[in-house]
Amino acid sequence: MKRFAELIQQLEMSNKTNDKIAALISYFSTADEKDKPYVIAMFTGKKPRRPVPTALIREWAVELSGIPAWLFAECYHSVGDLSETIALILPPPDHHTDRKLHEWITDLALLNGQSDAVKKEFIHQAWAGLSTPERFIFNKLISGNFRIGVSGKMLVNAIARQSNTESSKIMHSIMGKWSPDEITYQELVEGKHVNTDNSWPYPFCLAYALDAAPADLGEIRDWQAEWKWDGIRGQIVKRNGELFIWSRGEELITAQFPELHFLKDDLPDGTVIDGEILAVKDGNVQLFSILQQRLNRKTISKSQLRDVPVGFYVYDILEHEGNDIRKEDLASRRKKLEEVLARLSNQQTILLSPVIQFDNWEQLAELRETSRTNNSEGIMLKKLSSLYHSGRKRGDWWKWKINPYTVDAVMIYAQKGSGRRANHFTDYTFAVSDGEHLITIAKAYSGLTDNEIKEVDSFVRKNALEKFGPVRTVKPELVFEIAFEGIAVSKRHKAGLALRFPRIMRWRKDKKVTEINTLDDLRQLLASTYAAEKE
Amino acid sequence: MALITFTNKGIYCKQGDFYIDPWQPVNLAVTTHGHSDHVKPGNKGYLCHDLTKPVLLQRLGADLPVQTLPYGKEISINGVKLSLFPAGHVIGSAQVKLEYKGEICVISGDYKTEYDGISTAFEPVRCHTFVSESTFGLPIYKWQPQAEIFRQIRNWVTDNNNQLKTSVLIAYSLGKAQRLIKNLTGDQAIYVHQSIANLNEAFIHAGVKLPATIKITPDIKKEELQKGIVIVPPALADGKWMKNLLNPSTGICSGWMSVRAGRRWQSADAGFALSDHADWPGLLTAIKNTEAGKVYVTHGFVSPFSKYLNEQGISAREVVTRYGNEEEEVLKET
Repeated sequence: MKRFAELIQQLEMSNKTNDKIAALISYFSTADEKDKPYVIAMFTGKKPRRPVPTALIREWAVELSGIPAWLFAECYHSVGDLSETIALILPPPDHHTDRKLHEWITDLALLNGQSDAVKKEFIHQAWAGLSTPERFIFNKLISGNFRIGVSGKMLVNAIARQSNTESSKIMHSIMGKWSPDEITYQELVEGKHVNTDNSWPYPFCLAYALDAAPADLGEIRDWQAEWKWDGIRGQIVKRNGELFIWSRGEELITAQFPELHFLKDDLPDGTVIDGEILAVKDGNVQLFSILQQRLNRKTISKSQLRDVPVGFYVYDILEHEGNDIRKEDLASRRKKLEEVLARLSNQQTILLSPVIQFDNWEQLAELRETSRTNNSEGIMLKKLSSLYHSGRKRGDWWKWKINPYTVDAVMIYAQKGSGRRANHFTDYTFAVSDGEHLITIAKAYSGLTDNEIKEVDSFVRKNALEKFGPVRTVKPELVFEIAFEGIAVSKRHKAGLALRFPRIMRWRKDKKVTEINTLDDLRQLLASTYAAEKE
Repeated sequence: MALITFTNKGIYCKQGDFYIDPWQPVNLAVTTHGHSDHVKPGNKGYLCHDLTKPVLLQRLGADLPVQTLPYGKEISINGVKLSLFPAGHVIGSAQVKLEYKGEICVISGDYKTEYDGISTAFEPVRCHTFVSESTFGLPIYKWQPQAEIFRQIRNWVTDNNNQLKTSVLIAYSLGKAQRLIKNLTGDQAIYVHQSIANLNEAFIHAGVKLPATIKITPDIKKEELQKGIVIVPPALADGKWMKNLLNPSTGICSGWMSVRAGRRWQSADAGFALSDHADWPGLLTAIKNTEAGKVYVTHGFVSPFSKYLNEQGISAREVVTRYGNEEEEVLKET
């Protein structure tokens, strides 16, 4: 585990991608063979079952350290990470245990089903034999949440370079169904398992935000325009009589959408299509906030099925008649997609994402302005000659989103962040005015530079009026422009409305608290978006 | 009547009519040490330890009216007995002991309990009332012995040398810089930024024994710096200045580096948990050794630290001060 702790330290020390990839390559070249698949599993979010509940781990750590529970909570607020807090407050180790990463993981898995006393004894013993950095890793192994600033792409690139294999092959292999206790690093690199598994998805092709004028893209005849739908990206896989629906987060979400299960009989074997899951009622795409009622649920009730039916807007086909056709150009893929969809029995739930016809870029820009009337986020531009890339690649696919809504609001609460942001006040709550009062409308924690955060942090420290645990009430003085993607009625919020995806656009140092927006401004916006939906 | 009160100008001793580390101009400022959150310009008179004087003269002006005392020597101001005891924070840093009609009060300023090899070691002083900082007043802060940290720093320098990287350590010019110089002197030449070199000269002039260092000037070759150890104050850490170096690798030396969030917040290549403040066990031991019945807790994790002391049966109160922003000093310095 020492070698792995070293890797984690190297990864955290640098914020340069090249350094991180170098550290990963070095790790995969020198680490214990059996450890490697576990590390890949961890970095790609394959979580084993949590053997001990967090509450118990926390309780035992507090007990061992001899500090009161409230003081532990203070420490946790300051550190921003539970595993690390525990590693730091425990008494120093009294011996050193040198075991391999996979041995720890295997032993932890064996704790499942054991009594709490057995678990406690094991955890105590482990803590007593590990240094602070190793304890941190050990605690992370228990929780399974290992977010360490390594993106999937970075990991794939490192393995690809280390093993001298094409990165798309590695990505494909890692995305498949495998278990670290049954596969070797070599087998994973070679990807044998993905040939027998029916479910494996392809890496999604992603678009960059358009950062130049669309006219710079050249001739309009080289481009296909579609609406940029605001739902969740999905990939539908049909092979050997089985149907699988994957989300962008590479999770299987098949069970959540019974409306799409007819595809098991309708789609020919060897078909993989890419599209967007949306709430669709009477042929109209609904707001994302409506779709949200259907997401991440274990069971779907009849009323949910009736009130929030979903549909799938398809925009690409990746596998056709059992062949991977990602290397064919978009124009030819689109033709095949149209043919496949035309043969489906149900054409209401599965729809071809329409191509927008336009004669020049100016006209498309005008159409883009109407995006909100069909609840889309703007326009997608795809080069007709483009292949279906793995991940993000500049130049072929662009998202040309409409500008977000904005509101000027004043900061009234601040809270310390977690992780890298621990110890700085980085999470803010904003309010607009409602007559004489201020009423909260959003919480946001991104969009400021480190220097701005430091400046706000110092303001909060000097102007805190009251404190409630980690939260400070501050003098309403700092005005920020908050951008958001949508607005919806909300019974849970005092304002009676909720903003979707609010974030700090910029700090309006030029504005005073008397110049912020009012709740009425937002109510009007709400009324107008609902009117648009009814049209 | 209490020997000290907390006013909007700073910590005040009414019986003696002087202030300790005031943040607004007063007649007499008794000064614990030279960090800018503890000493401000504009006072009519200053009283500090012999080795804090050169710092004040350099930072606040050569004609500053400064009176000095060695550690342990007692003087009387308006009937209040005053003496200074080592705080172990930086060279010349002092705890201020006040005694009046048998009542003893000690104001510690900033302190650390581990001997750093260059500042006179912290000395516990028995008192009735103790004013303690709480910069690292949470049980997550437990320092490793400095010998271990310096071992890590030396390994890091060796790795950098092997990879042809320039080792740049970020450290406050007063305190941390001298501590690094004293403990890292050896195989490599140590190059220091102007602000550090100036302070070093002043200390050497005042009789402090400091190992030799080289002031960084434009005519020193980049290749030379690459082989040595470069020490600069935080203000230069992100600046253009770094771009002149060959393949620089930066290391921050600060107690905040013991927590991952602290390391990740700073865009440094390495973090070393080397602090000039007492850690949690250090604070608790120091307070216990004073045998004080009343503790005032200033700058740091004021609330949890006071609450904990009260739960342990030590009567403690939170006090709002303007201390605790050493960083600002260094930013203004350049």
